[in-house]
Amino acid sequence: MTDRFNLYKYAAPATFYPLAGKLIPWFAAASVIFGLAGLYLGMLVAPTDFQQGEGYRIIFIHVPASWMSMFIYLVMAFWAAIGLAFNTRLSGMMAQALAPTGALMAFLSLWTGALWGKPMWGAWWVWDARLTSELILLFLYIGYMALTAAIDDPRRADKAGGLLLLVGVVNVPIIYFSVKWWNTLHQGSTVNLTKSSMATTMLYGMLLMALCFWMYSIAVAFMRVRTIMLERERHTDWVKAELEGDAR
Amino acid sequence: MKSRHKKLALIGGALAIVGIIAALVLNALNSNIALYISPTDVAAGKAPQGKAFRIGGLVKDGSLQRQADGVTIAFVVTDTAKDMTVHYKGILPDLFKEGKGVVAQGRMAADGTFTASEVLAKHDENYMPPEAAKAVDDAQKGANKHVSPSSLSDKPKASY
Repeated sequence: MTDRFNLYKYAAPATFYPLAGKLIPWFAAASVIFGLAGLYLGMLVAPTDFQQGEGYRIIFIHVPASWMSMFIYLVMAFWAAIGLAFNTRLSGMMAQALAPTGALMAFLSLWTGALWGKPMWGAWWVWDARLTSELILLFLYIGYMALTAAIDDPRRADKAGGLLLLVGVVNVPIIYFSVKWWNTLHQGSTVNLTKSSMATTMLYGMLLMALCFWMYSIAVAFMRVRTIMLERERHTDWVKAELEGDAR
Repeated sequence: MKSRHKKLALIGGALAIVGIIAALVLNALNSNIALYISPTDVAAGKAPQGKAFRIGGLVKDGSLQRQADGVTIAFVVTDTAKDMTVHYKGILPDLFKEGKGVVAQGRMAADGTFTASEVLAKHDENYMPPEAAKAVDDAQKGANKHVSPSSLSDKPKASY
């Protein structure tokens, strides 16, 4: 653990803590800027939809939240794999710091989806594959948080939670491809790498909102990971030095 | 091989196994996961007997009939191969339209028609301003299906 890990200097909490602290305002500011631009494009510039009228505009929250809910889970599973394989300290903290944001995104996705489903489909909720698998994702987030909170030793909590994350990661492709694999009420995906079946301003509004959600998620995850670091490493010299520095 | 690489391989292997198990389970459950079946499935006898189920497809052009009371409705659901008449009494969702997607829950009647207790509209994944939709529509009428404004463009134009 000496020379080899020099490359991964920022994997050490003592070096990552101040770096995250410096980056947080930038991500927060970027989130606000992208958010304002995205909302402006989405709510004021983007045209009315030919079949859904103004109601479709909830897409500017719904789709970025759904993307983030899946992506954050993948990132957490990545950290879990790193943590289980390399026994690094930072990985478990990152996974824990991301979990509440992921759960929030999954909840937002389901909630805005329900608000959207009622006027368009005629139902708040149907047990189709897309909606059900997204609900399972929310349960996975909540389960992960409950499991890690129930185990006192943080390293063991990380391991147990990491296993849950890795097993649950199989759900993410199921969510994404559910509308392709099965008959669902939820429509197929609009945005693809090759082509998007959406007017350009609508698409840009949505991508800006997605960037806003990204920056927000990074900023709050960094805030949370800093708190977790202080808590877990409170007996180390660097935390003591840090806290004395704050008190001064 | 270092122990951490072994662990990583182990994690990868375990993930692959979990993935395969999930794929097999989902494959076995396939018919239960689908929210609805098509009129072709019903014609092939795949509909559950004596139980409520959902059918889905397009509302056939020109097939919608409303009784004078305004809530008793009949329409034809088609998957372009087979058709099925659906009877429904209730309020339709706003997006319910001829030529658009629909999912109806209900039971088969003795005469082979379907009596729905709930009708949901299934919209497609296209979003565009009305002018663009109209332009695509006009172009399509001119050039007879070339660009599709929606995934439903291949529907037969024959009226019911």
